[in-house]
Amino acid sequence: MTQPRHLLSITDLGAEGIQDVMRLTDSFVEVSERAIPKVPALRGKTVVSLFFEDSTRTRLSFETAAKRLSADTMNFSVSTSSVKKGESLRDTVETIEAMGVDAMVVRHSGAGVPWQVAAWSRGSSVINAGDGWHEHPTQALLDCYTIRQQRQSLEGLRIAIVGDIRHSRVARSDVLAFSALGASVTLVAPPTLLPPSLAGWPAEVSHDLDEVAPKCDVVYLLRLQRERMQEALLPSLREYTATYGLTRARARLLKDDALIMHPGPVNRGVEIAAEVADRPNSVITRQVANGVAVRMAVLFLLIGSGVDLAVH
Amino acid sequence: MAERERALTPPYGGVFVPRARVMDPDDVRRAIWRMAHEIIERNHGTDGLVLIGLQTGGVPIASRLSEAIDSVSGVMVPLGCLDVAFYRDDIGLRPVLPQATTEIPVDLTGKTVVLVDDVLFTGRTVRAALNALHDYGRARAIQLAVMVDRGHRELPIRPDFVGKNLPTRRDEMVDVNDAEGVVLGDVKPK
Repeated sequence: MTQPRHLLSITDLGAEGIQDVMRLTDSFVEVSERAIPKVPALRGKTVVSLFFEDSTRTRLSFETAAKRLSADTMNFSVSTSSVKKGESLRDTVETIEAMGVDAMVVRHSGAGVPWQVAAWSRGSSVINAGDGWHEHPTQALLDCYTIRQQRQSLEGLRIAIVGDIRHSRVARSDVLAFSALGASVTLVAPPTLLPPSLAGWPAEVSHDLDEVAPKCDVVYLLRLQRERMQEALLPSLREYTATYGLTRARARLLKDDALIMHPGPVNRGVEIAAEVADRPNSVITRQVANGVAVRMAVLFLLIGSGVDLAVH
Repeated sequence: MAERERALTPPYGGVFVPRARVMDPDDVRRAIWRMAHEIIERNHGTDGLVLIGLQTGGVPIASRLSEAIDSVSGVMVPLGCLDVAFYRDDIGLRPVLPQATTEIPVDLTGKTVVLVDDVLFTGRTVRAALNALHDYGRARAIQLAVMVDRGHRELPIRPDFVGKNLPTRRDEMVDVNDAEGVVLGDVKPK
């Protein structure tokens, strides 16, 4: 048997790997549009989602993706599991793997947990569905795909990522993916919501959204992660919205064809005005739809195709 | 998938060495004309007909058949293409990736579908295609047109319209392309 292949970080793929996933996603978008959106490609395979943290869209998206590929799915959630009785992460993973699974989709509040799970895995593929503030590679893939769908390519685009960069695994994976595909990325956030060090981030930084907004082709708004904020990082939500929110007034500064994106869940009225989120050039629901097709591509590449991902 | 591509993809990865030309481009053109007539004759016209080429080798043949049917009957029948990668039975045995996307222009329920491929060999691609077509509606009938039937079937599948019956050895390869027609050759390992 070949080495199990994992998708832990967007850097596992590189620019070429991201392009491979996007090409394959085209086929799965077609599948998703059919009357019967299901193919037998992963019949007999089992995909388990190990979610140690709450999630609606990522979990359902992976589950839908697996089911449309005819894989069997198992769900694990901490609140109803033996973790409550004190079972360790390692024992949990080994128990689940002993039942014979082909892929484990892992989300955990601790950065690096998917790597640890991959090291324990004895043959199943591990997919990082978000680890702490660190990475969320499938989100970055679906974001790239959504932009490519609207603009053909990311090459030369100017993308602003706005908001809570500090707590955002989406931002980290997106910056790496967007820049790998040739876009230039500007992070817009108050100093308290930037990571302590930006060394190694291929991005510029700005604190003035009014200045950045007219120049960018894509505005990517992040959710203000109030559940992760233990210190007083912001004077008030209203002040945040006034300076960094995509309000109706600020949306007028954007280019006519600038895309508005958000990884969800959206705090309407905080990082984006409700009315702006529903505009035609807002592709927020398209991101969700593409998420299923992208995850089908990732699952098929890892446990179905037998093709080596462009892993370096 | 065209045989040539399959033979050249890993893990096979050989080199195609042509040995004999079996049909020249004119022969292929005449065969397409004849098959177009046969398709119209068998179906008493073009009502409800849909041509679907299998990616990638069957797609150019399907489009030429549709042009020929148009010249004969004056009707452009709907033309689609199908990639069967996700329906193959050798997923897990060899690398499988779609070569191109699928485009089925109409709901197939009640239609007569003519599947088109360049070479019919084991019949496994056609089996996968039959399953795939099922997901696009319940066709009234599915027929099969191939440029070359080279034998060695592993499934109970037979073509309805054939350009040429070509007896081959299992280890030979048949290449069909617009420029050279039909060429029989061998795959030499690299």
